[in-house]
Amino acid sequence: MQQGMLNWTRRGVLAAGVAMSMALGATAPATAQTPPGVLIVGQIAEPKALDPAAVTAVNDFRILMNVYDGLVRYRDGTLEVEPALATAWEISEDGTEYTFTLREGVRFHDGSDFNAEAVVFNFERMLNEDHPYHDTGPFPLAFFFSAVESVEAVDDLTVRFTLNEPYAPFLSNLAYPTGLIVSPAAVEQHGADFGRNPSGTGPFTFKEWRSNEAVVVEKNPEYWDGAPELDAVVFRPITDANTRTAEMLAGGIDLMVEVPPVSLSEFQGEGFTVHEQAGPHLWFLILNAKEGPFADKRVRQAANYAINKTALVDNVLEGTADVAAGPTPPAFAWAYNESLEPYPYDPEKAKALLAEAGVDDLSLTFYVTEGGSGMLDPVAMGTAIQADLNAVGFDTEIETYEWNTFLGEVNPGLEGKADMAEMAWMTNDPDTLPYLALRTDAWPDKGGFNSGYYSNPEVDKLLEAARVATDQEKRAELYKRMQEIVQEDAPWVFVANWKQNAVTSEAVENFALQPSFFLLLDDVVKN
Amino acid sequence: MGSYIVKRLLSAIPVLLGITVIVFLIMAMIPGDPATAILGSYATPENVAKLNRDLGLDEPLVARYFIWLGNMLQGDFGRSFSLNRPVLDEVTERFMATLILAGTSFVLCALFGIMAGVVSAARQYGWADRGITFAVLLGISIPSFFLGMMMILIFAVHLRWFPVSGMYAIYGGGDLADLLHHLVMPAVALSVVATGVVARLARSAMLEVLRQDFIRTARAKGVGEGRVVWRHALKAAMVSIIPVLGIQAGFVLSGAVYIEMVFQWPGVGRMLVDAILKRDILLVQGGVVIVAACYVLFNIAVDVAQSLLDPRIKT
Repeated sequence: MQQGMLNWTRRGVLAAGVAMSMALGATAPATAQTPPGVLIVGQIAEPKALDPAAVTAVNDFRILMNVYDGLVRYRDGTLEVEPALATAWEISEDGTEYTFTLREGVRFHDGSDFNAEAVVFNFERMLNEDHPYHDTGPFPLAFFFSAVESVEAVDDLTVRFTLNEPYAPFLSNLAYPTGLIVSPAAVEQHGADFGRNPSGTGPFTFKEWRSNEAVVVEKNPEYWDGAPELDAVVFRPITDANTRTAEMLAGGIDLMVEVPPVSLSEFQGEGFTVHEQAGPHLWFLILNAKEGPFADKRVRQAANYAINKTALVDNVLEGTADVAAGPTPPAFAWAYNESLEPYPYDPEKAKALLAEAGVDDLSLTFYVTEGGSGMLDPVAMGTAIQADLNAVGFDTEIETYEWNTFLGEVNPGLEGKADMAEMAWMTNDPDTLPYLALRTDAWPDKGGFNSGYYSNPEVDKLLEAARVATDQEKRAELYKRMQEIVQEDAPWVFVANWKQNAVTSEAVENFALQPSFFLLLDDVVKN
Repeated sequence: MGSYIVKRLLSAIPVLLGITVIVFLIMAMIPGDPATAILGSYATPENVAKLNRDLGLDEPLVARYFIWLGNMLQGDFGRSFSLNRPVLDEVTERFMATLILAGTSFVLCALFGIMAGVVSAARQYGWADRGITFAVLLGISIPSFFLGMMMILIFAVHLRWFPVSGMYAIYGGGDLADLLHHLVMPAVALSVVATGVVARLARSAMLEVLRQDFIRTARAKGVGEGRVVWRHALKAAMVSIIPVLGIQAGFVLSGAVYIEMVFQWPGVGRMLVDAILKRDILLVQGGVVIVAACYVLFNIAVDVAQSLLDPRIKT
C-alpha cells in the first residue's frame, strides 16, 4: 500500500504540474494590450514580398502603399491622379512624351537620395532584360508599362518617359503599386532579397518581418508629406476569416479588412466602426455569345432580366455590394455613365424575350468557382443565380472548380465547354477591363480575356480611341457611349459592384477606405 | 545492429525517390499553373508564357524533375514563388512549429487518455466510469476545428484568458511562458479526439487484464488496490496500448492541419495548404519531401528502438 500511495502521488504531482502550467498560462495577460500609437492590422494572408514591382496581390499592396511613394498617386477618396514624388508633369501634343519634375530633397529610408537616376533605375529594372538587376524579378505586372519605350534622366530632377504610342492609362498606372519607386541602393545591396529588406520614401519605414507572424513598419519622421501620426503599424496575416473576426472581437487587432458579410453584424454594437467604400470592382457572368442559347442577344438580355440582383446583394452579400448597371464600375466617377439603369428584375419580361427568341434548348452549363480574388461568395451566388434562371425556363447545370483550376478553364475561352461563367475584376483605370475583356481583338486566341467571344466593331473602335485620347473629357465621352452599347448587347450579366469594408476599434480615428482598395494609414490616429 | 540500421536506411532511398516522383507528377498534373495563380486577372497567354520562362517552368517535364532532384541532392530546395524565400528555411521553421503543437498534443492525449482509461476500468460501472465514458464519447464526436472555434469564442473572445491565434504575442512576447500561453488552446483542441480514442482502448485493455489470474493472485496476496491497478495491470495493458499511441501520434500530426488553420498556428500543414492553393510548386514539393523524409526516419528510429527492446523483431 505504501508503495502504491507513493505512485499515486508521483503521478498526481505530474498531473498537477500540467494543470498548474495551464493555469499559469491563464493568469498571464491574454491580449497584451498594444501601446497607443501602434496600429495592429489584420491582413488576409502572409505577403509575398515587399517589392512593389514583384507583387500582384491587394493584400501586399496594403503594406506597400505605406512604405513607398509613386511619382503620382490617387487623390484622397478618388481615382484621379495628383502629384506625389513628381510635383508636375507635361504631356507632349501627340501624347507620347511625359516629362516629370521631381520633388526636391526627398530621401529613401536607407539615406540615399531620390532623383531622376533612381526613377530610371526603377523602370529599367522592370522593363529592360539586360539591366543588371532585372534578375531580382520576375515582374509579373511589368506590362502595365509595356508602352514605355525609354526612360531618361534629363537632369537631376527631371525625368522623361517616351511611349511607343499614346496610352491614356499611363498616369493611372504610375499611381498603381507597380509604379512605386524603390531605393536603387537597397536593391543593389540586397539583390533578390530586396523584397524582405524594402526601402522606399513613404510615410513608414520597414522595421522587421517575422515570417507568418507580422510585418512591422515604423514612423518616418522625415516624410515629405508630413510625418504620420502613428508610431508604428503591425500587419498580421490571419488567413481564416472566422479567426480574424475573433481577433478583432478579442482586441488582438485594431483594424480588420475584408470582413465576411456574415460577420458584419458582430460589429454593429459599440466599440467598433464599420467602414464601407465602393471600389472599381465588377462581379459579372460571362455569357458565351459564340454558340448555344446565348448566341442570341435576346436570350442574353433575358438572363439579365431573370436574375434578381437586388436579392443577391441584399441577402447573399448582406449589403456589402451594390447592383451593377454596366461594364464600368461607378467608382470611376469621371468615366461612369450616370444615365445607365441596371436591368430590373423582371421574370415576365425574361420569359417574353425567350419566347420571342424561340430557342428550343435552354440547357446551360454554368462554371462556378469556390473562391478567388474579388469573387465574394461565389458558390452561394451561383446557386441563387441558377434558381432564378431555372424559374424563367432555363435548365442550368453548375460545375464548380477551385479558383486556379477555374481560371485555367475560363481564360482560354468557354467554347465547347460552358455557356456562362462567374468572373470578377478589380482595376485601376476604366480602360483595363473592357479593353482586355470586351474587344474582338481580346478573344482568348488573341491573348485577351474575352472568354465569351463578344464582338461589336463599334465598341472596338470606341475603346481604341479612348486609349489614345489624352483629354480626359473626350475619354469619358467615349467610355460612356461604350457602356450604353455594351449594356444593350448584354455580353455579360452585370451583377454587383463590391463595397470594400473594414472594421476599426474605438481607439482608431481618422481612418477611411479608398476607392482604389489601397490602405493608407499616414493620417490614422490610435489612442 | 549496425548492419540492420544501414539496411533500413538503404531501404528508405527508393521510398523517398518514389515520393519525389509522385509529388512532382501531382504538382505537374493539377490544373492551374503558378504563373496563372500569380497573375490572377492579368493571366493572358502572353504574360503567362513570359512569367513561366522567368520562373524556369518552360523546360520539359523530365528535365525539370532532374534539375529539381539534382539541386535538392546538393541541399538546394529552391525559392518559393509565393513567399520569395528559400524553401528549406520556410519548411524547417514551420515544421518546428508543427512539432511543438503535435508533440504537446501527443503528450496530453497519452497522459490523460491512459489516466482516464485506467480510472474508468478500475471503477467499472461506477459514477467515475460513466462520467468518463460520456466525456470520451463527447470528445470523440466533436470535430477538432469546431471545438477550436468554440474554444476561441469562449476562452479568448469572452473570457479573454487566452490569445485567439498565433504562436507568440505580437508585442513583448517571445519567451517560453508566451509560447505556452498560445499553445494551450490549440494543443487541447487537437488532443481531445486522440485522448478519447486512447481512453477507450486503455479502458478495454485494462478490463481485459484486470480479469486475469495474476491480478486475482496479487489481490489475494494482499497487494494494495492502487498498486494492483497502476503497477501490475497497467504494465500488462501497455502492450496493447502502445500501438494505439503510435497511431495517435500520426493522427495528431495530420490533424494539426485543421487546428493550424483555426488558430493560425504557423505550422507546416497550413503552409502546404496555402502553397497548394497558390500553386507554389517548389514549396509544395520541398515541403512534402522534407516532411516525408522525417516520417521515414521516425519510423526507422522506432523500429530500431523496438528491435533493441525485443531482439526477436530484428531480421
